[in-house]
Amino acid sequence: MTRPGLFALGFIALLIGGAFAGLAVEAARDWSGATAAFDAGMLRIAGFTLWQAALSTVLSVAPAILVARALSRHPDFPGRGLLLRLFAVPLGLPAIVAALGLLALYGRAGFLADIVSAAGAGRWPGIYGLSGILVAHVFFNLPLATRLLLAALETVPPDQWRLASQLGMRSGAVFRLIEWPALRTAIPGVAALVFMLCVTSFTLVLTLGGGPGATTLEVAIYQSLRFDFEPARAVALTVVQIALTVAAVFVLSRLGADVTGDANLPVAGSRPRATERMETLLNATMIALAAALVLGPMAAIVASGLQADLGRLATEPAVLKATAQSLVFAVGAAFLSVLLSLSLVAMRRKLETARKGGRRSILETLAGTGASLVLVIPPIVIGAGWFVLLRNTGGVFSVAPIMVVTVNAVMAMPFATRAIRPAYDAAAIRNDRLCAQLGISGATRARLIDWPELRRPLATGFAFAMALSLGDLGVIALFGSDSVQTLPYLLYSRMGSYRTQDAAGLALLLGLLCLALMWLAERLGREKP
Amino acid sequence: MNLGVPLRLDGVGFAYGETMMSFDVSVAASEIVAVMGPSGSGKTTMLNLIAGFETPSKGRILVGDRDVTADPPSQRPVSMIFQENNLFAHLDLFSNVALGRSPALRLSAEDRAATLDALSRVGLAGKEARRPRELSGGERQRAALARALVRRRPVLLMDEPFASLGPGLRAEMAELVGDLHRETGMTILVVTHSPEDALALAPRMVFVDAGRIAADGPTQHLLGHGGPEAVRAYVGQSRSR
Repeated sequence: MTRPGLFALGFIALLIGGAFAGLAVEAARDWSGATAAFDAGMLRIAGFTLWQAALSTVLSVAPAILVARALSRHPDFPGRGLLLRLFAVPLGLPAIVAALGLLALYGRAGFLADIVSAAGAGRWPGIYGLSGILVAHVFFNLPLATRLLLAALETVPPDQWRLASQLGMRSGAVFRLIEWPALRTAIPGVAALVFMLCVTSFTLVLTLGGGPGATTLEVAIYQSLRFDFEPARAVALTVVQIALTVAAVFVLSRLGADVTGDANLPVAGSRPRATERMETLLNATMIALAAALVLGPMAAIVASGLQADLGRLATEPAVLKATAQSLVFAVGAAFLSVLLSLSLVAMRRKLETARKGGRRSILETLAGTGASLVLVIPPIVIGAGWFVLLRNTGGVFSVAPIMVVTVNAVMAMPFATRAIRPAYDAAAIRNDRLCAQLGISGATRARLIDWPELRRPLATGFAFAMALSLGDLGVIALFGSDSVQTLPYLLYSRMGSYRTQDAAGLALLLGLLCLALMWLAERLGREKP
Repeated sequence: MNLGVPLRLDGVGFAYGETMMSFDVSVAASEIVAVMGPSGSGKTTMLNLIAGFETPSKGRILVGDRDVTADPPSQRPVSMIFQENNLFAHLDLFSNVALGRSPALRLSAEDRAATLDALSRVGLAGKEARRPRELSGGERQRAALARALVRRRPVLLMDEPFASLGPGLRAEMAELVGDLHRETGMTILVVTHSPEDALALAPRMVFVDAGRIAADGPTQHLLGHGGPEAVRAYVGQSRSR
């Protein structure tokens, strides 16, 4: 079926096109304002955006090489599987929740500050600005990079390890001759992916960065729209942001990276290897440090969350309202996301079958990668465009629900597609000819054949999209108001008004909700019917 | 009961990548024909063209008096059994066979009776509620035969239907197909790599090579010592494998 696919492509085009129209109209209306925005301040913001992303990438990927190598050298110590699952958790944790956990641990009034002052070592400066942004990016990306690099190491055939031990290679030689070649092919892609995530990072910079000295383009777009009311400046910032992400994606795809990242990892086959004692000690230290880095903030979320008055929070009308709205938006976004993804997956498959090995058409390419194109244009940019377009209609805040649902739906499409496409294509290979012969088509086919086979991958995509949408503080930061709030928005406003305990309680609630959904998504994806 | 009708491929052309295939062949009503040939020679493509999974670039396909060239697969008087994936994995055996009566599974009492009858005819009585994964490879192919029976289409195409079965089962299945042919009189084309299957089932054989019919005649003759060079080379190759 290509018609739903064309509709889905049209929908995405409308969403992005509307945003661009908004930006173009504003630029035309206030051309001097838009061009005047290209000043030294803009240069500094663009520079900082790249600088923090580059630093974050180095600080995440370089240690990840050591951690991945350590994990690969010790394929079966107790708790290894658990540790790898732990490393997958940040992927499902909303950025705003993680930011709160990091502040609760490393902040000026955090747990670490208590320990430092109790030990009489003076005042703990706390994380703020660049240091806060870097710590947060490392928290998210070091585990991700570790998992991806470990996967690269696991591609080394077992025979090579046997050969290495038969030849009596020592650690240094094994690294140089076996591990490094495997890592070297993966590192550019992994680094590019991390860089991309850091360039487009919004929530972490908004909550942990500070002042004009530590602001990225996305946060500056948000501030120019919500606080300074300078739409012309927002347009200029958006143009720079798009230019940066397009350039980044271009370089990324040249390096052969998978922009959406991979949440799944094959569990290592057991391949015990002898290591020298010094090295074992070093590896154990690396693994323990990485585990502490990931566990610390998570423990802080739980510890500070439990200090909040959870009973009062759970009955507070504002919280209940935000929770209800969050759930409605997330379900809507997940539903739409799965629908759009399925339409594109079906269209791609149909076009691929029809062309019989010839050249791929533009339409098929769009259907295959259309979802990932969204990554070039971050949600804040789409939101900003529509915000500027609707600004004068007086309807900016009344369209908030539509904006949140549609943008989050499109944002989750790469992940939903990942869950749906392999199952859809496999089912199509098995069933297409049979259905054609027996005359099973249309609604009958959907009910009898496709739904029973695809409901699990669809549910996986749904849960994944719902978790992403539930935890997102992107579009809602632009469009949120007293009447339209989500949990992340409420959490952010409580942080802003120094109701830290409330924020901690909400973070715990939101974090658990999202992790439960991620867990569900993974379970549904793994089990066979 | 005699379902069989003649089948004719009249200058049927089909472009497959670089190779241009072309098929000309006539099959009499109720005949069984073995289709042999090297991998990639176009055997499956020929069957796909008859069944309607591929559309020819020129020529006509005639079943009985009817030109079916432009008909969709489900409208053609043809059933096809594939090497595998003949059953929907999530549906039980009864439903899988009954789909041959009603593609929406809206079944009359008569449909149900016909389904049960066909299942027992292929030796699967009592296994109606099983899922395909609970069956052996041979049983799955029997179920596919049962569905071909309830569809009552005059032409049956089989694409290496026994390829995944052991020697004992193959002989058994070939015997079953022979029995069903005698009962129904269906016109049958069966693709196989096994000279034994061809000899056991089909008095006539066509040999497909490089996208066209390279030889056509009595199976015994083509597979015998006096047969064409290409067929002997192919059989020798497949026997030594």
